[in-house]
Amino acid sequence: MAETRFPSPFEVPTPEGCEGWEELYPYYYLFSEERREFEDSKFWFFDGMHHPEVLYPFDTITSESWWVALGEMNSRVYIVPPALGIDQRVLNGRLYISANAIMDEEVVGARVAHFMDRAGYYYEHWDELFEKWKTKATETVEELKAIEVPALPEMEALDTVRSGRGITSAYDLLTAYNRVIENMHKIWHLHFEFLNLGYAAYLTYFGLCKQLFPDIADQTVAQMVAGIDVLLFRPDEELKKLARKAVELDVAHVFESRDDPEKVITALEGTDAGRRWIAELEKARDPWFYFSTGSGFYHHHKTWINDLTFPFEGIADYISRIQAGEEISRPMEQVQAERDRLAAEYSALLEGDDLKSFQEHLGLARTVFPFIEDHNFYVEHWHHAVFWNKMREFGQIFVDAGFFDEVDDMFYLHRYEVQSALYDLIASWGVGTPARGPGYWPKEVARRKELFDRLSQWSPVPALGEPPEVVTEPFTIMLWGITTDSIQNWLGLGADDGETDVALKGFAASPGTVEGRARVITNADQLGEILDGEILVCPITNPSWGPVFSKIGAAVTDIGGMMSHASIVCREYGVPAVVGTGFGTKSITTGQMLRVDGSAGTVAVLD
Amino acid sequence: MANDDRYVIALQVCDEGRIDTVGGKSAGLGRMMRAGVPVPAGFAISSEAYTSMLSSGDVAAEVSTLAASVDPIDVEGLEATSRKIREIIERAPIPAEVETSVRHAYAELCMAAAASDSHLPVAVRSSATAEDLPEASFAGQQDTFLWVVGADDLLDHVRRCWSSLYTGRAMAYRLENGFGHDRVRMSVCVQKMVDARAAGVMFTLNPINGDRSKVAIDASWGLGEAVASGEVTPDNYLVDKVTLDVVRRTISSKAIEYRPVPAERRVERVAVGPERREAPCISDEELIVLAVHAKAIEAEAGAPQDLEWAIEAGGDPPANVVLLQTRPETVWSGRDRATVTEGGRSAMDNIVANLITGVRIRAAPPRPDTPESASSPAQGE
Repeated sequence: MAETRFPSPFEVPTPEGCEGWEELYPYYYLFSEERREFEDSKFWFFDGMHHPEVLYPFDTITSESWWVALGEMNSRVYIVPPALGIDQRVLNGRLYISANAIMDEEVVGARVAHFMDRAGYYYEHWDELFEKWKTKATETVEELKAIEVPALPEMEALDTVRSGRGITSAYDLLTAYNRVIENMHKIWHLHFEFLNLGYAAYLTYFGLCKQLFPDIADQTVAQMVAGIDVLLFRPDEELKKLARKAVELDVAHVFESRDDPEKVITALEGTDAGRRWIAELEKARDPWFYFSTGSGFYHHHKTWINDLTFPFEGIADYISRIQAGEEISRPMEQVQAERDRLAAEYSALLEGDDLKSFQEHLGLARTVFPFIEDHNFYVEHWHHAVFWNKMREFGQIFVDAGFFDEVDDMFYLHRYEVQSALYDLIASWGVGTPARGPGYWPKEVARRKELFDRLSQWSPVPALGEPPEVVTEPFTIMLWGITTDSIQNWLGLGADDGETDVALKGFAASPGTVEGRARVITNADQLGEILDGEILVCPITNPSWGPVFSKIGAAVTDIGGMMSHASIVCREYGVPAVVGTGFGTKSITTGQMLRVDGSAGTVAVLD
Repeated sequence: MANDDRYVIALQVCDEGRIDTVGGKSAGLGRMMRAGVPVPAGFAISSEAYTSMLSSGDVAAEVSTLAASVDPIDVEGLEATSRKIREIIERAPIPAEVETSVRHAYAELCMAAAASDSHLPVAVRSSATAEDLPEASFAGQQDTFLWVVGADDLLDHVRRCWSSLYTGRAMAYRLENGFGHDRVRMSVCVQKMVDARAAGVMFTLNPINGDRSKVAIDASWGLGEAVASGEVTPDNYLVDKVTLDVVRRTISSKAIEYRPVPAERRVERVAVGPERREAPCISDEELIVLAVHAKAIEAEAGAPQDLEWAIEAGGDPPANVVLLQTRPETVWSGRDRATVTEGGRSAMDNIVANLITGVRIRAAPPRPDTPESASSPAQGE
């Protein structure tokens, strides 16, 4: 029997053995009696798109950062007329979010003039401001890299005395930590400096196309903006370049064994040509290998810079393709030619004001598109790869002081707790008495790990509370692709289309129909298992999965909309894709025969 | 077709310049042929042939006198007069020159189609003409005869087409609109008969909302008559003109179809078997061929078109797709194009409006009332 509402956050039971999970998170992040009336009046949905996993206490720094940054840009900077921020709460370790729309039409109306003035300025000066943004973002990463995390010495350097410095490594350690945290907040402010405006412009263009050509396919609308050379493809391009270089330098055979990257490097170091290839690799690494195989939101998402396994597998794949005589370049010219043809032919169907508006908004969509894509490389990949490594330097200091068994244990502490632990550490260093940490944290971390494992077993409910009749809040639609329809689907109220073999519906993201065996991937480490022609079924794809797209027959994701990475990449590779199916990874198992119709947005299980 | 004389004109040379003598239907077929669209071969029997028949003996005078006596309010009297006039026309001898031209043209058509013993089945359609009346004045008022075989049979049906100018309905229409009966003449279009597996109509825009980026196609099993007459709810498809994707499809239960009965030189209305009833009657490939032709015809005509088409039984796309008629689309073309965007609204205005109303869930902008599917009004009955 279909329901019409989701459980109240206060009705959701704590999974067995997870009692006390609330202690992992700050007080303000929890549903509570004090705000119960308010919280019960809101509709919350699980943000599986950005935070599919249980939130590590430390890693809430990413969600907490966008909590503030997304909201403030709407509510305090650009004065977006109908939308304030997106609220967040943690329930059973999962992140639930709720849009804060302004319902009072008068209030909305009063905000319009401010928005026109402020956002108008950004649209008008977009390219110039975006250039400035790149400098700011780059500087922020450089600042982060430059922060030194000092060990606490047995004795301060003599220079501390001779220069009359007056402050010590303890102070440096404490401030270094604060600076790293501040730096994280800073990059997230920058993340949203343009993003909401970019999406607003893109979605306006999208809506206009739908009005001008009522039955136009979503992907056609997107195709007219495609083919702009975005930074996100660059790391993958670097792998192709390295593959070509390996062939050119005649060291391709070294990659055939698909050995550990370390062994490959050792083998390469033994020859002149190999050393030349390594020099090329070094050129590519900074910044292009600061690339996460996940979203970058979590400390444990692997990065190319820390682990060459993934890029080396990609290089090996590309090498075998080159050797098989295949073209490995992205078909950019084709994509661009098709983009221009579509835009010209649709323009030719319009006249007067409609033609003018179409061209204006298409132009604006193309202007904002590079930011929408590029910010992701700067922030989630480049910056965060540096950030997590920087945090590990603190983790190592704690390990050395006996606070943790392993560096990554630190991520079971919230950032405020890390600060407390640091104080424990410097106090003990200063006084020369034992810190409480070594006796306290290992036990506590062990307890948290167990709790965490149990929380991971919980299947998060898709949403909480009573859904709105219609979803109008622009950011819910723009950033999460959540519509009235998707909520109906979650409730099991989706329209019955009579097609009984249709297992899943989602956004028709990239056209074409393909049949093939499913390969369900829930972790980037499994990517190597994908065989040629298989259908990739995953929660969400990631830009760093580039080499995979030239291999798969189609892609099906749980999460995502027309502008998610899977959609963009699949359109560029001409691979059919259905995104935002909700339950693909749960309802499909590896090996099942699927038919993916990327034009209709359906996935059928054939056996 | 070699002979192109006063009475018989090859379809491929029919054009707007000859509309007074060949009528809109044949002129449209000629235009489609010149746009490179496949149209069954055929010829037009010009309105000169009709005039020539009228001028023999007292035919013109008799018809004129009878027609002048008609009172459009008196339905029974109107129908009785119509029967009398039609009998006069159908019994009038066909002038020898006309007969020779028609027989010759039919023989050539048979030969071109490699039909043995000069028995090529043809469709005979009336195509009324008038010097200064709008084409729309005749819509749906004339006859179509299917599966006509042999020159004698053809000549009989030419007479029946001529006489269809004096159906009660046509006479009443002219009286109501103040057109003199003698201002209208009749041309006849003769075309090789297509044994259609499926047929239907299409518009070079979406008739629901006027969206010009779409081709709306209605299709059903068998000959096009089932769709044209509204006897079935056809399958309905929407094809994007730019991407040539089938963006929407509605498959209906198609209970009947018209099939030729060659031995009896007629078509019959039969029930569609259950295995085909709910099945799409046209493939995506054929839909795309149709859309490509529709685009070409619209470009040639310079305005949205309302088209009839058929898929020849036993053939494969693209060769099995033929066009049977083109006419200007009248519902949307007659209106000022509704603009979606409001003049003077800036991009910023649009962005604000979009943020406020939400995206994707907005109802389509109000559009004028339109028919619910691509089916055109019944015609050719």
